Amino acid sequence: MTLRFDKLGVVIAAIVAYAALFAPFATFRANRIVPGQARSILEALPPALGMVLVAVVIVAAIVALLKTPLILRLAVSVVALVALSVLIGTAGGFLTPAGNTFARVAPASGFWLLIFAFTLLLADVLTRLNLSPWARVGVLVLAAVAIAVLLVSGSWDSLSILKEYASRADSFWAEASKHVSLALGSLAGAVIVGIPLGVLCHRVEKLRAGVLNVLNIIQTIPSIALFGLLIAPLGWVAVHVPGAAAIGIRGIGTAPAFVALFLYSLLPVVANTVVGLAGVPRAANDAARGMGMTDRQRLFDVEFPLAFPVILTGIRIVLVQNIGLATIAALIGGGGFGVFVFQGVGQTAMDLVLLGALPTVALAFVAAIILDAVIEMTATKRRIVETA
Amino acid sequence: MKAWLPALLRLAVLALLVVFITSPGWFEPLLKPLTENGAPAIYNQGSLLTLTLQHLRIVLVATVAATIVAVALAILVTRPAGAEFLPLSRSLVNIGQTFPPVAVLALAVPAVGFGEKPTLIALFLYGLLPIFENALTALTTLPGNVMEAARGAGMTGWQRLMKVELPLSAPVILGGIRLSVVISLATATIGSTVAAKTLGEVIIAGLISNNLAFVLQGGLIVAALAVLIYDGLSAIERFAARRMGQGVE
Repeated sequence: MTLRFDKLGVVIAAIVAYAALFAPFATFRANRIVPGQARSILEALPPALGMVLVAVVIVAAIVALLKTPLILRLAVSVVALVALSVLIGTAGGFLTPAGNTFARVAPASGFWLLIFAFTLLLADVLTRLNLSPWARVGVLVLAAVAIAVLLVSGSWDSLSILKEYASRADSFWAEASKHVSLALGSLAGAVIVGIPLGVLCHRVEKLRAGVLNVLNIIQTIPSIALFGLLIAPLGWVAVHVPGAAAIGIRGIGTAPAFVALFLYSLLPVVANTVVGLAGVPRAANDAARGMGMTDRQRLFDVEFPLAFPVILTGIRIVLVQNIGLATIAALIGGGGFGVFVFQGVGQTAMDLVLLGALPTVALAFVAAIILDAVIEMTATKRRIVETA
Repeated sequence: MKAWLPALLRLAVLALLVVFITSPGWFEPLLKPLTENGAPAIYNQGSLLTLTLQHLRIVLVATVAATIVAVALAILVTRPAGAEFLPLSRSLVNIGQTFPPVAVLALAVPAVGFGEKPTLIALFLYGLLPIFENALTALTTLPGNVMEAARGAGMTGWQRLMKVELPLSAPVILGGIRLSVVISLATATIGSTVAAKTLGEVIIAGLISNNLAFVLQGGLIVAALAVLIYDGLSAIERFAARRMGQGVE
């Protein structure tokens, strides 16, 4: 029997070998801001569990390295990821001296590289399996449930990032809801204004270049500057327009962040509406006209349904972009996960940075996967209608 | 008469930009009304010219590095030897784009410390994606008859790559570089939150001291740079497309 190597497996095995042999698995620090001491897998875990993890990692790396059936690769990547996730929590409890509340144990580069390598393996398997949109959402739900179980069961409580969370649990959820409402609220505003604007640009050719150029230029203004520039006009509105201050419009805080995100969101929505409507087959429009449909009926019954996947793509771009940009709102007092990121940068407390950054990345990731699945579903539905 | 208007407008923006960053003092009366309590109207903790050049240098270094790596990777996964990586690389690009720049920046700090390095890493990683995506699209959608002809003419794989595939893909790859540069120009300002020397320093100084004049001048310089560079690269792209006989749009 000849052994054949998988090319991606060679890369994965190399990363795993480096991460397991040379990189630290966890770092131990006497308190939250001093430099840490590196701990390898065997130093960070009780001997028996350490050996189990090493064995799992070696077996998984060998399966990845050789040409093996997809189902086996799927199984080992999931087992390795679960083992790593559970045991990093165990390492936290094992390394923290009993009763010491200042000590911090954090996952180190070796842990992150192992996670990266096996996620790569899993991503490769999932890509090759060519899952349907529903199945992809299903995988996402499974992953979310697994992480939720680990969080709720308290097995990660001894890790530094959760200790940062424990000391600011209330403000975490407050900032989380601010972050989500900023991202979704500005998206909703952009959809309500942007789609009619896109239809208008599609129908009135003279407007098109002008509107798109203005929106393009807004995109080039750096986000922190746009946030800052809106402080003055909104401050003026708050003072001079009766009732404005009462509904929460102020110079600093959420209002300028909301308006800035809204302005950034307009271009993808308007541009994709124009492109989507322009891509509606001429024959469909002619047929609709021939049937005596009014302009309004044609728009809602023919053009919108056909342009929908393209418009949704614009919405996906906006949502992912807004979730990322909302972190910058913290610089002008707008709240959101950016509060923890910038506090952490200021205090050089990296666990605090992670507390802000990881949920942001997770949110953007989830939004992208769900919207991609929805886009694919609407696009396939459209294709079925077309061929029928 | 309309043809020269945009060119003239761009020239005016460029002239204004150069004058502003070399002798900002001339514009003080214009910006003065935006300040309160006699605060300085022109950024006074460093020269705008130096900051602009540093800003451009960071973007240039990151973009050049990103271009080399992205194009090399795209070539690799479109060769028979690297074909196995093609589907995965597509998913990775999709996933990579969901990482917010601030998160990349903040997460790079523990690895490399404060200053220019985390900014360079964030700009490099963020710039990689649009270039890779465009290079991949260009290299996988080359006209079949041209490739057939190149093979029929007895060209080796290397010759086909250098003489046929890359020149034909150049306009689309340039489009990716243009997107990447514009994103990087704006993202570099965020680098100043981790102490990189960019124009973001001016904006952040303005936010901290509540000085609108600082925010405005920092923002406008970056926006003007982005618009000019975007237009310049678009012109190069059209030139490349025309040379490849892909028509003038």
